[in-house]
This record gives sequence, C-alpha cells and structure tokens, in this order.
Amino acid sequence: MATVVNPVAERENYLNQEYGVRSWLLTTDHKRIALLYLASITFFFFVGGLFALLIRLELLTPAGDLVQADTYNKLFTMHGQIMVFFFLVPSIPAVLGNFLVPLMIGARDLAFPRINLLSWYLYIIAGILMMHAVLTGGVDTGWTFYTPFSTAFSNTKVIEAGLAIFVVGFSSILTGLNFVVTIHRMRAPGMTWWRLPLFIWSMYATSIIFLLGTPVLAITLTLVIFERAFHLGIFDPTRGGDPLLFQHLFWFYSHPAVYIMILPSMGIISEIVPCFSRKRIFGYSFVAMASIGIAVLGFLVWAHHMFVAGMSIYAALIFSFLSYLVAVPSAIKVFNWTATLYKGSITFSTPLLYAFGFIGLFTMGGLTGLFLAALGVDVHVTDTYFVIAHFHYIMVGGAVMGYLGGMHFWWPKISGRMYPESLGRLAALIVFIGFNLTFFPQFILGYLGMPRRYWQYPPEFQVLNVLSTAGSTILAVGYLLPMAYFLWSMRYGKHAEPNPWGAAGLEWMTPSPPPTFNFEETPLVTWEAYDYGNIDLPKEVPVER
Amino acid sequence: MSDSPAIVESHNAAQQHHFADMEQQRQASSLGMWLFLATEVMFFGGMFCAYLIYRYWYYPEFAAGSKTLDIRLGAINTAVLICSSLTVALSVRAAQFGKRKLLVTLLVATILLGLVFLGIKGVEWASKFEEHHVPGYSFHFEPQAPSHPNTKIDPQRIQIFFSLYFAMTGIHALHMVIGVGLFAVLTFYAWKGLYNSAYYTPIENAGLYWHFVDIIWIYLFPLLYLIDRKK
Repeated sequence: MATVVNPVAERENYLNQEYGVRSWLLTTDHKRIALLYLASITFFFFVGGLFALLIRLELLTPAGDLVQADTYNKLFTMHGQIMVFFFLVPSIPAVLGNFLVPLMIGARDLAFPRINLLSWYLYIIAGILMMHAVLTGGVDTGWTFYTPFSTAFSNTKVIEAGLAIFVVGFSSILTGLNFVVTIHRMRAPGMTWWRLPLFIWSMYATSIIFLLGTPVLAITLTLVIFERAFHLGIFDPTRGGDPLLFQHLFWFYSHPAVYIMILPSMGIISEIVPCFSRKRIFGYSFVAMASIGIAVLGFLVWAHHMFVAGMSIYAALIFSFLSYLVAVPSAIKVFNWTATLYKGSITFSTPLLYAFGFIGLFTMGGLTGLFLAALGVDVHVTDTYFVIAHFHYIMVGGAVMGYLGGMHFWWPKISGRMYPESLGRLAALIVFIGFNLTFFPQFILGYLGMPRRYWQYPPEFQVLNVLSTAGSTILAVGYLLPMAYFLWSMRYGKHAEPNPWGAAGLEWMTPSPPPTFNFEETPLVTWEAYDYGNIDLPKEVPVER
Repeated sequence: MSDSPAIVESHNAAQQHHFADMEQQRQASSLGMWLFLATEVMFFGGMFCAYLIYRYWYYPEFAAGSKTLDIRLGAINTAVLICSSLTVALSVRAAQFGKRKLLVTLLVATILLGLVFLGIKGVEWASKFEEHHVPGYSFHFEPQAPSHPNTKIDPQRIQIFFSLYFAMTGIHALHMVIGVGLFAVLTFYAWKGLYNSAYYTPIENAGLYWHFVDIIWIYLFPLLYLIDRKK
C-alpha cells in the first residue's frame, strides 16, 4: 500500500485551493458542499436544541409556569420538525456521506456535482422557510402534522412548515439519487461490491429509503397544504375523508425515516470498530446485508405507530410481527460489532468511546422498541414518555452518538488537523452521562403513565423530571465542547498525517485534507475491506495517550 | 485546477471532469433519470393509493362525479399526449443521428402538443369552476338518477372525488408545465447544435421524463373519466 506524506503543511488541497465567499457558494466539490452542510445542520441542531432546553425547563416544575400551553405545543413541534428534518435526516448523509462516498470508492466526485450543490441550496431555502415559520408564530401540530387538526383547526403556520419540509425532502432525494448513481457507476477499478466499506453499504441502503420514502411524505404534505389552502377534502372526515389514511401515508415515510437516521450511524460504527480493534469486521457480508434488510423491512412496519388509532386488529397483528422482524438485522449488527472487538487490539480513543456509547444505547433503544411493537404493552405506554425515551435512545443515543463518533474519526481528514484527544474522551463521557440522565428517567415516567405533549404534570412525577432536566444541561455541555475544540483545532490543532489512525480504506490513502480531485491518480483496489491482518498497517493505532 | 491524466485522453467538450469517459457519464445520467422516475412513481403513488381506497368505499359517488367530466375533451387530450410521446421518441432518434433541423422541429412540435394539452385541461377546469364542482364552501352538486336504483349518493362525498380529480390532474399538469419548460431550454441548445451522435443524453432523459408524464395520464384518463360509462 502506497504511503502518502504531507511534504509541506501548505500543500494545495480542497480547502486552500480557492478563497472567498464565491468559491464556497458556487463550489461543486463534494468536500466543500459537505462543509456547507456541516455549518447549516449545526445551526439547526442548536436551534432545535434550544427548543429542547425550553421544554425541559418548563417541565422542571409540575405547574405550567414558564410557558403557556399553546407555546409549549409550538416548542415540542418545532423541536421535532427541526431536529428530524433539518438535522437528523441530513446529518450523516449530507455531511459525512457527501465527504466520504467519493473518497471511499476512489472517485473524483459524486456523479452529479451540480445537483449536489442544488440539494444544499434547496436545504437552505427550506431552512429559511422553516425559520420564517418559527419566527412568525411557529407551528403547533406536532411534528406529525396529524389531520384534521393540521388541516382544519390549527391557526399556526402549517402551510409554510409543510412547504419547508417538502423542499428539504427534495434536497434529501437529490442526495440519495446522487449516492446511488455514484456507488453504481463511479467505483475505482477493483472496488467490487463485496470490497465496499460498510459505510458505503449503509449509505446505499439509506439512499434507497430516501428515494422510495421521501416522495410519499412529499405528496402527503402536498395534500395537507392543498386541503388548507384550496379546501380540498381528501382527509376531511366531514366529507367522508379519512384521517387514518393520512397517518398511513405519513408513517409510510416517517417510519423508514428512522432508519434514514440510524443506518448511517451503523455504517460509521462499522468503520470505527474494526479500526480501533485492528481486526477485520466479523461477518462482513452479514453486516452489509443487514443494512439492506433493515431498509427493506423498514418499509413494512409503519402501522405500529397506529395500534391505538382504530385500525383493524388483524392488520395490527401483522404489523406487530413485522416490527419484531426488524430486530433480526439490527441484532446481527450489534453481535457482529462485539464479535469484532473480541480478542482485538483495542485502543480506547474518542471515536471508539462514541461507538461503545452507540452500541449500548442503540441496544436499549432497540429492545424498548420491541416493547412498543408488542400490542398489549403498546396500549399501556402509547403516547407516554416511554415512547419519547425509546426514540431518543435511537435518534440521540444512536444517531447522534454515531454522528459525533464519525466526526471525530474523520475530522483529521476533513480539516487536516487533530482535535485534542483527552478533551475528546472527556466530551464523549459527558455526552454519555448527560444522555442517560436525561432520558432514562423518561422510561420510568412513561411506564408510570406520564403522557407526552403536556406542559404540566402531577407533582409525584417531579423528581424524575428534575433529573431529566439536569441531564439535559449536562448533555448541552457535552455537545458544545466538541464544537468548541473542533473550531479551536482548525487553527491550533496539530497537523494530521494522511492516516492518523492507521486505518484501512481509500480515504486514508490520500493527504489530509485531500486535494480537490481526491486522488493524485485513480487508485487500484486489490484488497478486501478492513483486512487489517494482510494490509501493511501499524499493529496498534498510533494515537497519543 | 490540479491536472488529471484521464482528462487529456478525451476530446468531447460535453464530458465533465470527474468521469473517466463519455460512456460512464451517459450511464450515470441515465441511471439518475430512472431513479428520479422511481421517486415520481412513489410521489403519484400516494394519490393513486388514496384514489383506490376512496373509490372502493364510495363507488356510486365516484361514478356520479366521473360522469360530469367531458369524455370528449379527455379523449382528445389522451390522443394529443400520445402524439407528443411519438414526437419525443423521434427527437431522440434525430439527436442520435445529429439531424439538427429535424431535432428542433420535433422538439417544437412536442412543446406545441404539450401546450394544446394544457389549454384543453384549462378549459375543462374552467367549466368545473362554473358548475361549482370545485371542493370547498361553494361546492354544489345535483345528483342525477343513480345508475342503480338502490344506491344512495351522498353529495358531500362527491367532494372526495373532485378533490382527487383536482389534485391528480393539477399535479400532472404541473409536471407538464415543467416538461414544456425543459423542452424549451433543450430546443435552444439543439438549435445551437449542442447535441450529436456522441452526446444526446439530455434529449434522451427529457424524453424519459415526458413519457413518464404521458403514462401517468394514460392511467388518469380511465380512472377519472371512465367510471361506469356503460350504456
């Protein structure tokens, strides 16, 4: 394997090739677009996080004292909409996926660089629409837009928010389309399907969901907008329309959307675990096919969100069974990661700490998902904090942990600088503690019967709510810390080697940061992914202790 | 720009820097278009799904609503669109053979046929407004004698039929407008001679899109116009 060295610090790369606002806003370089996305989703992450903190502050006391009920409805709606559509869905695909897909398969760029830039502009247009809706009164329908409340009763900015989510969905579709075509048509010579890094497999599975799921959400929201704006009656029960149909169409996208959030994180974990245990991943093909399996099964389980909505009990039984099936590929992944760690030469670096966090928290989120897939238990905990805790274990404990792990793992490649390792480990620990303190009490609250989406609650729930609010402030520190030291490292960090972790993968065979066209010459792949036993790589991760 | 050895070999001006050759570029564009059409199938699929359910539930109302649509104009529009698909298919052929004038003529013909379709659709919509068949507060429907004496018709539920009618034909018409705009741009480039036997992917892809929009109408016509038209 050829070793690449950074001859001088100021070697020409994608960051210093051109300067100025124009060179960024009109770029078609996938790496620069990834950074544009990074800045935008970080902004929305903190906006969404601000709403979360306000929700937690309101719930510090049993009385509705900080905000009115109406305001509280808007807070949880906008927290959900911004976090789901403007942070979680685009987070890993649009930032790390954009940066890494061409690098990992040995391509110069994505197949459609201009469409890639277009997708970012669509995201920005959607973001402006969303922020305008937020600042001029907000939305109070819940992130789910349930009809007939959203179509006939809500007096808030439903049309604008719906339009924003329609446009941001179009942006996701274009990203997914770009990835599928790139993975099919742009692989370097020798990069066969079974040699692809598992991150690519997970991006492929995610993109399939983008392509097949997002349009259904788009048409559903279009019909809601038509109903509000032009008085069409497709979901209007007074004219024979069926609100349950809305729920079916909505969850047909929005359940697979959960896998849009978690699959990319799983891909990241599949990269980090082999690298920091110096072993080939256990059962490569099973991990790869589990991604595809999750994507396919994910389309067949949506109605488990509607068990108490009044649908047929026979349909509910089938959807319950299919929901259990999703546990199979998910468990394959968890077992294979742990089997990879077994007898590995493990280095407890920051990315691996996040990976450990992911594996544990995702397992808890996944297992509590089985509680919810069980018809009887679901009736007991529907619309309680148990559900909130469950999906935050998946979306925050899973997806965000994976995202942060990935950001640390590839930050040297992206920025060309090292982040401070000891601070990194500290932040990982703070996030883990803060997360569990925030969300574990919510499992208990939900099981005891505290319903979601209320701004006040009986006094006996206060202790657990105070714990949760305290945890959320710790979590906030854990999120601010990496942002601070990433920014710091861009100027003061140690220069990164091309391959600071001694990792396998094409992205580590080009300088850090990579040149504009990624590789000096098109690479020729002659090895299997993660073959740490046979590829000439250090036996231990060369990381500072 | 850093120099890339692969670029030196190719001579086609239309080739983008990140592709190894024209063949790879053509295959990528083609796959991209097919995937986009898959997303469009899912997009329209939501409405077809709603149509299926409501038609099953409210068949008499759907039949009554359907009978108020002008079958003549619908049939003419179907013919117009099929002709436009022919001109598109021929234009791809003309581009492949590098026949510039023929290509421009066929593209202009496609645009004109598209505009004829939209014009007729506009006339149909206007008459629905005049008859108060547009869902909403001014909706009014006088049921004629139902085809089967035992079936009762709920005028409220006919609004569901017309909601779907306007949503489906409206979004279809929007796709037509986008298609006409697309072909206007392509006509300009074709007139300037951009397309030849080595580079005709944009014509081919726009053609695929047009055929897709055409096929959607081929389904919409019987589903909306031809319910219970026997006798």
